[in-house]
Amino acid sequence: MARILGGITTSHIPAVGNAIANELYDDPYWKPFFDGYPKVHAWIRDNKPDIVINIYNDHGLGFFLDQMPTFAIGAAHEYRNEDEGWGIPELDPFPGAPEVSWHIIESMVADEFDITSCQELAVDHGFVVPMQLFWPGAPHNPDMPRAIPISANTVQHPIPTLKRALDFGKALRRAVLSYPEDLNVVVLGTGGLSHQLDGERAGFINREFDQYCLENIVSNPEELTRISRMELVEKAGAQGTEFLMWMMMRGALGDDVTEITRNYHIPISNTASGTLLLECAA
Amino acid sequence: MDQPGFDCHIDIPGTTIFDGKMAMKGYALNKMCYSFNSKVNRDAFAADEEGYMERYGLNEDQKNAVRNRDILAMIAAGGNIYYLAKLAGIFKLSVQDVGGLQTGMTTEEFKDYLQSQA
Repeated sequence: MARILGGITTSHIPAVGNAIANELYDDPYWKPFFDGYPKVHAWIRDNKPDIVINIYNDHGLGFFLDQMPTFAIGAAHEYRNEDEGWGIPELDPFPGAPEVSWHIIESMVADEFDITSCQELAVDHGFVVPMQLFWPGAPHNPDMPRAIPISANTVQHPIPTLKRALDFGKALRRAVLSYPEDLNVVVLGTGGLSHQLDGERAGFINREFDQYCLENIVSNPEELTRISRMELVEKAGAQGTEFLMWMMMRGALGDDVTEITRNYHIPISNTASGTLLLECAA
Repeated sequence: MDQPGFDCHIDIPGTTIFDGKMAMKGYALNKMCYSFNSKVNRDAFAADEEGYMERYGLNEDQKNAVRNRDILAMIAAGGNIYYLAKLAGIFKLSVQDVGGLQTGMTTEEFKDYLQSQA
């Protein structure tokens, strides 16, 4: 049977793509950010997942406002990274795992999560940057797992509630654990933490709220479901709603997790960056 | 478009909740910006801004906001920052430039503001 090894979260700031392309790992601005990843690399090297479920939010590449799925799951043989309009390097396609995707889709819908299935899906920095951070050289890292993208809407309100996001993760866990083959799966939650790009409040960052979220998501994620969506916008910033991806990931890990590493740094671009690796009990 | 009973928004100063109302208001502007994922469209816009805006059916408020490079006016006209970012890319504006433009700071002052929250 398939099992979930753990979950990894990270911010997916586009500027990271350029920093990687220019190898700015030791640059004074970037070092505190990149220092958050060696323990993740070691864990991946030791655990070698077969499948990566990458939970991210599309930012206007794969989806437009004409048809905006609240939850979408990729079911393609490969996922293309395409031009987003402002010059971050495009990567080669990421190999998919459509047979696992369809199993998950079947299970999720049976579990009353009415998702959108995608046989073609262009993936943007929200998907790609975390892959590059965790598997250097992606998609050409020899340990690169096959990928299943899951995108949740944070572009347009109404966005899902924090409870719905956590429950989505729990249903995703049931779906993965019921897959009949022996596969080792890692789940990513990308985006966040606090940031706001738009309006007179642009540049807003909230360390105190981020720390509250980081503390609780490890061992008490249910506590965070009390946060309303408007409260999330207020306290995390308009784009800090990406924290929903972290909630979805957390739901997929079950109750018993061990924190392996954590990093938090202000600012990278306009964002409070956060990284967290949680390992599931065997 | 009134939606009594479903307007659960709270007032967050300096923040526009991009909901169905804003999505309807800004559809043409956002659709134009979405087209800028493609280089051929970015080049076409750069070659003839007025013609390109006309082709996407932008209203006068939206056109003026684009003409004036006025990010706050674009948002007021229904622009969504994720799509506007693609337009900002054509104008060679970084997200810190865009932050400064919206908050009345220089880019350097805006970067200092970000750093001050560490």
